[in-house]
Amino acid sequence: MIMETAEIIKPENLVYDKPRLLNDTPMHYCPGCSHGVVHKLVAEIIDEMELEEKTIGIAPVGCAVFAYNYIDIDWIEAAHGRAPAVASAVKRLNPDKMVFTYQGDGDLAAIGTAETIHACNRGENIVIIFINNAIYGMTGGQMAPTTLLAMPTATSPNGRDVALNGYPLKICDLLAQLEGTCLVARESVHTAAAVKKAKKMLRKAFENAMNEKGASIVEIVSTCVSGWKMTPDQANKWMVENMFPMYPLGILKDR
Amino acid sequence: MAEEVKLMKGNEAIAHAAIRYGTDGYFGYPITPQSEIMETLMEEKPWETTGMVVLQAESEVAAINMVYGGAACGKRVMTSSSSPGVSLKQEGISYMAGAELPGLIVNVMRGGPGLGTIQPSQADYFQTVKGGGHGDYRLITLAPASVQEMADHVALGFDLSFKYNNPAMILTDGVIGQMMEKVVLPEFRPRKTEEEIRAEQPWATLGKLKNRKPNIITSLELDSSIMEQNNIRFQTKYKTIEANEVLYEEIQCEDADYLIVAFGSAARISQKAIDIARKEGIKAGLFRPITLWPFPAKRLNEYKDKVKGILTVELNAGQMVEDVRLAVECKIPVNHYGRLGGIVPAPREVLNELKELK
Repeated sequence: MIMETAEIIKPENLVYDKPRLLNDTPMHYCPGCSHGVVHKLVAEIIDEMELEEKTIGIAPVGCAVFAYNYIDIDWIEAAHGRAPAVASAVKRLNPDKMVFTYQGDGDLAAIGTAETIHACNRGENIVIIFINNAIYGMTGGQMAPTTLLAMPTATSPNGRDVALNGYPLKICDLLAQLEGTCLVARESVHTAAAVKKAKKMLRKAFENAMNEKGASIVEIVSTCVSGWKMTPDQANKWMVENMFPMYPLGILKDR
Repeated sequence: MAEEVKLMKGNEAIAHAAIRYGTDGYFGYPITPQSEIMETLMEEKPWETTGMVVLQAESEVAAINMVYGGAACGKRVMTSSSSPGVSLKQEGISYMAGAELPGLIVNVMRGGPGLGTIQPSQADYFQTVKGGGHGDYRLITLAPASVQEMADHVALGFDLSFKYNNPAMILTDGVIGQMMEKVVLPEFRPRKTEEEIRAEQPWATLGKLKNRKPNIITSLELDSSIMEQNNIRFQTKYKTIEANEVLYEEIQCEDADYLIVAFGSAARISQKAIDIARKEGIKAGLFRPITLWPFPAKRLNEYKDKVKGILTVELNAGQMVEDVRLAVECKIPVNHYGRLGGIVPAPREVLNELKELK
């Protein structure tokens, strides 16, 4: 039996839908990029927790700079690396609001290291969503603080060299040591099961912020198909084989 | 009720005036010679009375970005620093100008360049009125010359910055910040409620209510044709400010043959110099710009046919003098006298330079 499109698209056949707060703007992210999935989770959680009218997102500089074009909430676009400072002020001035930052590895762990560490150390009641794909996507695939050893990038064409560039920065291990953080976790979104786990952790982080438990950081170990010069499938496989040993998934701190 | 006159430092006056203005937040980082501002706020504990947030940031960079975040929520927020720290804040100031956010920045200037000295200076004039950060923007700049004006300019700066959605700076120096004078502090006024801010600053990011579209605070626009329009809008706003918000003081200028143009502490010293000059039979007047941007160029221009010469006195190597020469179209001699590196000139030195004009 051949079904017509009109017969298929019926409410009773709906098994999955776009989150209400994710708008119709076409995303600029590459096919296979992790950003789209994480955006979807954020939009779902804000809606499920009924925080639409209370949430202020802080967008970074990097590929996610246009996050404000996709999720229908109030957004502040911060200068490169400064999102945790911006978020600290927004939350302190509006203690009843839900405030989160959404940052990449260059933004959070290179240029914004001071802002990240001190916002966490002050125990700001915010959520930091950290997309770690070990590369600068937006500027064209340059080396990030989290770039793996020997991993080639536009600014480390022969692979990251310890003598020149030092080591991949496991900043979440560092943040887990700070008294101000209540939740530090590392997740991924490369399989359906991983997406489910990541959502659970993000939801917990949002709850922590509203319950004033301190700073929550959820790192999402991610792919960058363009920066890595791989197909989405290759990128997922490469991430599992190379990124996960350096950045093992799991809860680093929960209290 | 009789006015309550108090004796305090300029820096302390700024702190008290900020609390009384109904400021929502102060974010700062210690640096001499302005640390009394944050110290006074911490001592006063306004979070227990007005609900004002006072936070010591990890850096001047973080502090100005906290101001950016607070301003994005439509809050009355401020920071203060001194020259090296204000250099670090330029990123955030440019972003505020680009995102059209109000906010107050205080620069209690010290001698530079580099780490320089902790002694007073006015060498950040160019940085403040000609740019400082990147891009075509202007910073509303107030130059208090007394402890009273330090207190008064808090409200003036906030009001102007909210009127035009543009950052404003109080540009002062170690003399005005550290000296003690009599001051009448402004009346207490309540902080704005969230409902008032939502009504008065409908662009504020306070959470998207069901009846409106998301508010997005950004300075980014990749489409050059739109970015040019944004810039044209900024320039139009700057022209409106230049047309409407110029402030200056004229002391004994009516019959003057010679004019001193000076702002802030240099104006206080110059005021003494013109008093001595008058006693010696020289008809000298003092023209004191209160807004450095917008600069009182139009009013100064009128003096090109009235006075024989102008001396600018600045605690720098000659910065405002360029704007004075432009203002009088170089039709009359405009000399500059300045001491550098934290040295404050004596009135007699200024008088001797004034006599050089003759």
